[in-house]
Amino acid sequence: MNDKTSRSKYSLFLGCTIPARGRNYEMSARRTAEKLNITLEDLDGFMCCGFPVRSSDRNASDVLAAFNLALAEQAGTDLCVLCSSCGAQLMEASHRFYEHPETLALVNESLARVGLRYRGGVKVRHFARILLEETGPGAIVDACTKRLEGLKVAVHYGCHYFKPSELHEDFENVEDPSTIERIVGLTGASCVDYEGKKLCCGGPVLPVDESAALAVAGRKLRSVSEMGADVICLVCPFCAVMYDGNQKSILAGLGLDRDIPVLYLTQLLGVAMGFERKELGLNLNVVKTKDVLSQWF
Amino acid sequence: MEPMDFTGSDSEFISTLAERPETALIWACFTCRTCTVSCPVTLVKPSFDPVKIVRKAAYGFKAAVLESGEIWLCTGCYACQERCPQKVPITDFMTLLKNLAYAEGHAPPGVRLQRDTVVKGGGRIYPIDEFDNKKRLKAGLPELPVSCEASTALFPQDQESSGPVPEARKRGNP
Repeated sequence: MNDKTSRSKYSLFLGCTIPARGRNYEMSARRTAEKLNITLEDLDGFMCCGFPVRSSDRNASDVLAAFNLALAEQAGTDLCVLCSSCGAQLMEASHRFYEHPETLALVNESLARVGLRYRGGVKVRHFARILLEETGPGAIVDACTKRLEGLKVAVHYGCHYFKPSELHEDFENVEDPSTIERIVGLTGASCVDYEGKKLCCGGPVLPVDESAALAVAGRKLRSVSEMGADVICLVCPFCAVMYDGNQKSILAGLGLDRDIPVLYLTQLLGVAMGFERKELGLNLNVVKTKDVLSQWF
Repeated sequence: MEPMDFTGSDSEFISTLAERPETALIWACFTCRTCTVSCPVTLVKPSFDPVKIVRKAAYGFKAAVLESGEIWLCTGCYACQERCPQKVPITDFMTLLKNLAYAEGHAPPGVRLQRDTVVKGGGRIYPIDEFDNKKRLKAGLPELPVSCEASTALFPQDQESSGPVPEARKRGNP
């Protein structure tokens, strides 16, 4: 569906968390997309992707996914997601509809109540993957006006950005992921390796067992801190809630006193592209980023 | 070694599971515990052990699996599923177990709240209000609808149950 000969064009699926709690992600993504000639058209009337309902009610989560996929189909575009969980959910549902036409027929009965029908075939892509596969490293380097030399970045991949791997067409190496680090490297920043790089942020169990969720996130904050990283870089608002939003209480529990600013990949790119702090929503990050980024502003 | 106690094993539960594609490979599990050592939750809470849940389900211990609350500690991260040498779709199987537990009324309040917030008129986990839209406009972002009629139309069966639309929590949980 996407015409690769011209600029990349997608419907932007924001999901729930980003418009309410991740405006810094949204702002920086829209700005960097524009700079990189990626057209993101807003998907009017979108609902929850279905991911938060999946563990309780797979049928309802299928209907929600199909609703959003049908909106994209109507708009005649593929979907760009910023949230990894939204991405995996929409991708997984879309795949299941393809494998099981009877499931698709069932969800279409529900969609008929709102005058929609999903035929199938809408592609779902995470913004970071579009950067790598469509925009390409050359265009990213060309768009950067500042070199972030000396900034030590610990990349957190999260889970659904590339798992389950077969749904994501194995674009990433599950046991040794590198795509986000490749993008970060284009800004001149260096990436530090750390223990537990592939571990989940723990976010999904926060409503069930807060102490377990915070303990999972805490392990990563500790190892990132031990490796001397200046910032954590991530691509999912769910993960940001854990590492940025809840960092203060996690660090207090661990007895660590050095906080670690958390940047969305799009914010990091935005800094290198010369945008101002407020244009990237850096003032909205919970852990303050001013000191660590001072030399680039 | 003590003989195994099969009290509580439910053959109907095994049949229910056997009808689902997510279950097809659970009997191939040879308890190597790759899932256990890959699990981020087991690292911080050793009492949570994916292999035990898979095996308990395979033996039909319905109450131990659906009512103990253990399954809800699975984050759904796929670390185990990606590594299972027997290709057991452990994460997908956990989702199936969670669905069955929810249907029987054993889901934690936080999980029920998430579902209700979305299907009972909210349409989103964090519905947008006028205040959010003011902040969005100030940040140069487009306004979003403050209501979602599609959710009531898509899930008519959920609108019949009485009770107010739950307030979505703005802080705390993702």
